[in-house]
Amino acid sequence: MAKNSKGTREGLSVDRRSLIKAAAASAAAAAAGISVAQKDAQAAESDWRWDKAVCRFCGTGCGVMVATKNDRIVAVKGDPLAPVNRGLNCIKGYFLAKIMYGKDRLTRPLLRVNSKGEFDKKGEFKPVSWKKAFEVMADQFKKAYGELGPTGIAFFGSGQYTIQEGYAASKLLKGGFRSNNIDPNARHCMASAVAGFIQTFGIDEPAGCYDDIELTDSFVLWGSNMAENHPVLWARIVDRKLSEPDRVKVYVLTTYHHMNADMADVSIVFKPHTDLAIQNYILREIVYNHPEAIDQEFVDKYTTFATGYVDIGYGMRSNPDHPKYSEKERETMRKELAKTISEAEAKALAFLGVKPGDTLEMKHRKVAGSHWQIGFDDLKKALEPYTLDFVAELAKGDPDEPLDAFKEKLRGLAQLYIEQGRKVVSFWTMGFNQHTRGTWVNEQIYAIHLLLGKHAKPGSGAFSLTGQPSACGTAREVGTFAHRLPSDMIVGNPKHREIAEKIWRLPPKTINPKVGSNFVQIMRDLEDGKIKWVWVHVNNPWQNTANANHWIKAAREMDNFIVVSEVYPGISTKVADLILPTAMIYEKWGAYGNSERRTQHWRQQVTPPGMAMPDIWQYMEFAKFFKLSEVWKEHKLPDGTVLPDVLEDAKAMGYDPEQTLFDVLFNHPEMRKYAWPDPIGEGFQNTEAEGDGRPIQDAEGKPFKGYGFFVQKALWEEYRQFTLGTGHDLADFDTYHRVRGLRWPVVDGKETPWRFNAKYDPFARKANPGGDFAFYGKAQKKIPKGTLTGPEAGTSVDLTNRAKIFFRPYMDPPEMPDENYPFWLVTGRVLEHWHSGTMTMRVPELYRAVPEALAYMNPADASEIGVKDGQFVWVESRRGKVKVRVETRGRNRPPKGLIFVPWFDERVLINKVTNDQRCPISKQTDYKKAAVKIYPA
Amino acid sequence: MGDVNKTRRKMIFRTLQGVTLAAVGGTFWAGFVHENAQAELVLRPPGARPEPDFLATCIRCGLCVEACPYDTLRLGAYGEPVPVGTPYFKPREVPCYLCEDIPCAVACPTDALDLVGLTDEDGELDVSKSRMGVAVVDYNNCIANRGLRCDACVRACPYIDDAIYIDTRRNPRTGKHAMLVPVVDADYCTGCGLCEYACVTEEPAIIVLPRDVALGKAGEHYELPPPKFTPEEPSDEI
Amino acid sequence: MRSRLRRLYHRYRFLVLRRVVQVGILFLFFAANAWGWTVLTGDLSSSRLFDRITLADPLAVLQLLLAGGAVAVEVLLGAAIVLVAYALLGRAFCSWVCPVNLITDAAEWTRNRLGFREPPLMYLNRKMRYIVLVMVLVLSFLLALPVFEFVSPISAAARGVAFGMGMGWALLLAIFLFDLFVVRHGYCGHICPLGAFYSLISRFRVVRVRHVKDNCTLCGACFAACPETHVLSLVGKHDGTVNNPECTNCFRCVEVCDDDALFVSLTGGWSE
Repeated sequence: MAKNSKGTREGLSVDRRSLIKAAAASAAAAAAGISVAQKDAQAAESDWRWDKAVCRFCGTGCGVMVATKNDRIVAVKGDPLAPVNRGLNCIKGYFLAKIMYGKDRLTRPLLRVNSKGEFDKKGEFKPVSWKKAFEVMADQFKKAYGELGPTGIAFFGSGQYTIQEGYAASKLLKGGFRSNNIDPNARHCMASAVAGFIQTFGIDEPAGCYDDIELTDSFVLWGSNMAENHPVLWARIVDRKLSEPDRVKVYVLTTYHHMNADMADVSIVFKPHTDLAIQNYILREIVYNHPEAIDQEFVDKYTTFATGYVDIGYGMRSNPDHPKYSEKERETMRKELAKTISEAEAKALAFLGVKPGDTLEMKHRKVAGSHWQIGFDDLKKALEPYTLDFVAELAKGDPDEPLDAFKEKLRGLAQLYIEQGRKVVSFWTMGFNQHTRGTWVNEQIYAIHLLLGKHAKPGSGAFSLTGQPSACGTAREVGTFAHRLPSDMIVGNPKHREIAEKIWRLPPKTINPKVGSNFVQIMRDLEDGKIKWVWVHVNNPWQNTANANHWIKAAREMDNFIVVSEVYPGISTKVADLILPTAMIYEKWGAYGNSERRTQHWRQQVTPPGMAMPDIWQYMEFAKFFKLSEVWKEHKLPDGTVLPDVLEDAKAMGYDPEQTLFDVLFNHPEMRKYAWPDPIGEGFQNTEAEGDGRPIQDAEGKPFKGYGFFVQKALWEEYRQFTLGTGHDLADFDTYHRVRGLRWPVVDGKETPWRFNAKYDPFARKANPGGDFAFYGKAQKKIPKGTLTGPEAGTSVDLTNRAKIFFRPYMDPPEMPDENYPFWLVTGRVLEHWHSGTMTMRVPELYRAVPEALAYMNPADASEIGVKDGQFVWVESRRGKVKVRVETRGRNRPPKGLIFVPWFDERVLINKVTNDQRCPISKQTDYKKAAVKIYPA
Repeated sequence: MGDVNKTRRKMIFRTLQGVTLAAVGGTFWAGFVHENAQAELVLRPPGARPEPDFLATCIRCGLCVEACPYDTLRLGAYGEPVPVGTPYFKPREVPCYLCEDIPCAVACPTDALDLVGLTDEDGELDVSKSRMGVAVVDYNNCIANRGLRCDACVRACPYIDDAIYIDTRRNPRTGKHAMLVPVVDADYCTGCGLCEYACVTEEPAIIVLPRDVALGKAGEHYELPPPKFTPEEPSDEI
Repeated sequence: MRSRLRRLYHRYRFLVLRRVVQVGILFLFFAANAWGWTVLTGDLSSSRLFDRITLADPLAVLQLLLAGGAVAVEVLLGAAIVLVAYALLGRAFCSWVCPVNLITDAAEWTRNRLGFREPPLMYLNRKMRYIVLVMVLVLSFLLALPVFEFVSPISAAARGVAFGMGMGWALLLAIFLFDLFVVRHGYCGHICPLGAFYSLISRFRVVRVRHVKDNCTLCGACFAACPETHVLSLVGKHDGTVNNPECTNCFRCVEVCDDDALFVSLTGGWSE
């Protein structure tokens, strides 16, 4: 019936003429004995070329098959052989074929120029040649670099650029320009998870894998709306639930009802930031009431106890009197230096002997991450106040929920973890990570799992989900962070720098030992004039960074130069001085690494449009402008550190100071060994290697005919050297083109599903022969001993192969609702749109499905404010305001006193309202807790 | 006498002329009107009376159209398969956003859009009581029914979990994913069409049809259990 | 010069005023839908003045009642207001409000301009409109549908301006051509049931045209201008008011009369 009625309904819109024409055509075709649709379909598919690739969107890492015809992507399907998704996708993946073909794709370099065609910060965008673009860019770079040195320039990287792109960026900036000012949007996304991993295990990324989903009995989702944001993984969780509905339990902890919560067995709506208290309640329940549940052997052999400072600030600016901030903003900013202890904190921090009303000076802001070993009795003592009564009272998020019902849920949650023989997997995403104590919450979830011996075992473990397609693969594994080098190495460690210099074929001491500016710090440095040149890749910083008003103003009004390599216009291209048209996902060779450590490669499928070029090409061309003598000379950093002149050593290595960074970093004979053509690329193009027939000019204005070698393979194989033998081991380039991804460490061609578990992980066997487990990460394994109040000077313990069970207390966030700003503002995402919406808002179907960001609000709050569904309100914080439409029904249903606004919509720039408050350890922004007022617009 | 006869004859003839004209014209007229009124697939604004009654009551003034803040409603014009001058909407173009204060129905000067059916026990307007139509899923083309994680229609629904809920079932094709398939509950569906509007397939795989067109009737000789099983269902009756 | 202006004023004052009123009403309807003005919303079937006073077409309401529709008190009151207004003003709707009058007048103007003097293609009796009116009422009852509202060019024009014309222009073009080539004053003067309806209720109207026989020079200008010529049967014959309810009170005769033989008057003595 649906079919019939649809036919009739179509009549409403299809005009008669076209109907008659179509009828005539099908009559003619019928006479010839074929049906039109069939003929078209057959003709269309016979010359499609299908090849495997990876989905462009979330951290799930679904495999896809991409069909091309006439140099255009015509269709996509889920890859039936991909272990993650087995031929399925979500609706973002469903539209992969369309994301590259938005009408306003950027296809030419655009520079702000005056009437004479010269660069002018106040000018209008005009198309320029690549040569002109690079020249202006290099001039401006040299101006900033000359004035401020290596700390005066920066790269904004991404969890969405390919592994090779991130690697090339890091090599150019850290190895070439000797700056560590590179930080990816993954800082907004995964930094707290990383800090949690490093502090707890000494090595980044999860122990478990997606197979845990099929093997576990219980799911606890903390601050993660997987149903919308990891859609295909959620389908696996639901399937597991359906397979044993009575056994399998799904608990969801959230600050407002959303789709996950709707489908859970139990949903716990808690007050923002109180997840720490709930975790401590669970720990207390274990330690005080169920000591028998502690896996004593596991704890004794493989773990230790630890804690750290609490007076560490909130990652805000340390100078609240900064002239560019208003008195209202300063109200919150002052808490960076000192705060008044609240009633709840007095209880939660009882072990420090504080009273309500006391002032807590933030004395350990600079050493926020330092921690020390404590004993089990210290832990027990610290957990004492976290009784069910205290925590339930503090954490209950829905004022309309009876306290007893809430207590019952908390008790059930603790029981779920504690129950002997029950396997538990905890998943989380931004709820934990975007948190002013983000590292702590990450650590506490491991504490629960480790104490119960439910970690690094099939079906049991705490599993941090990544948001971005290659937050793991590129940002974290390659280390495109201000403090990192590839394969979990850090710039602060001389041995690590040495290894990197060797693999990168750099003279010793080339790499800058000082940690660079992280994401928000780059923004603050732009505002303070400490950075004057920035290059953005695969990232929309002026939309995705909290407290955006300041950064937009800084970009437009300060003396600086902003380069944005982009595919579509967005907020960041609007504030840019130079826009570089860039190749998208399947217009280049690449690789991504997903949440479960799975690395997946793809081939270039089509030619980029217009003059758009791959990011790697852009880095390589830009490198041509810099002679070694310009960058490898002596530099004095603002803090007095001197980067030595390494030109003599360079000469000794056979380099000529007149050679360019292009020659040394990229066009090196060692890299040129990877020849193109290569059997792996048979039938496929490679823009960087051989050009692609378009009349593209290179940086010197000559026609670009390719670099003549297999650039992406060369970068991969060089990068791979960093990983071998470290537990991050990756396979060779060619292998990945034969398989559907492999989970590292890949040893002897075999992937590792569970790390740290001797049954599955060769590195665990090697680190601890004969043992069952080894948390073999090497970072932060020598720490002092101490008590709950501090470390004992001069002590040091060796924690080789041990994980740390932390105690971290509950603390209030710096900004909480009050009389003037009575609502919590929580931001996040929706299934239909990816991040800042630049791609998905251009897919007509996705735009239609969710055309604008809404403020989801409790109906009681709406009626108190005097607004109805669909009306506009102002959401205003101490920092800024946005106008947004109210929705009280539908998918997200917040409790009274809280609103949820997704951030994908540049017209509802909610990050003007959020605060650049951060976890002081991970430097990740907390986007989930701002105090706002709401009034009709 | 002859004159009288003549006059009478003339009178009768005139009358017959008039009646015939009326009959012939009336037949065509009635035919046209009848045809034009047969627009079975038209969706009416909230509170609209059942179609025949609606057509007899709507004065075709367009006040509801003007009251609609979303330009959802349109008035049928000549050439459209909608009774001329009557309000309707096409959800795929602009759905009904279900304003809480139902301005269209309030604006209606006749009772063609009847507030009685849109008022709850406390006398407050309750737009969830509108029954403009009912959403129908074309499961052959619904991508969620092929295992993709879509359910855009479910999330677009203001009465999510009531009017459209997700039916979960295991996907034998992959062996480890569930299918999250949208199912419409006609008891709650208002027919607003937000689902049809949001549907991401090229032609919507969920469309709103007038309830009398889309809904069957099981018959009263057998009392069926409720369509949606809820575990908390009272069992004392059994 | 001055006298020329005065002459123009004298000759066109009502015509201009009528056009202003007709077009103004359409404009307000259009503005209501396009820009949300609330001076006059809706259309000629039913409208709201300043978002407060509901007005309604009494014939439309009568059709709804016969069709068995659930007609609210609000719209009954609105129809009553309009009914009383036109009972007092006469059939002024047709010449002062109705948008079809713009079309039929345009047809008449074109006809004069082109000098058509040919006899009509067919003969229509001016009483036919009453037959049509009866048909409207009978069919509305029989079909349970407001049948005139399905075909009314008046609604089509007013609604078309406010909400979009669709194919309605064809109907309006047909009327123009019908009036131009087939029957002079064909639609308004012979067919329109709404005109017939208003004729029926304006028997006791207050506003009428008054004739002073002594001033009349029998120039015939009034006959040439009048769309319902037969209502001027008294001209040149005797003093008095135009009492035939088919007069639309357009006052065209008054303004074209150069001899002070025709006036606008109120029963009760006032005259212009």
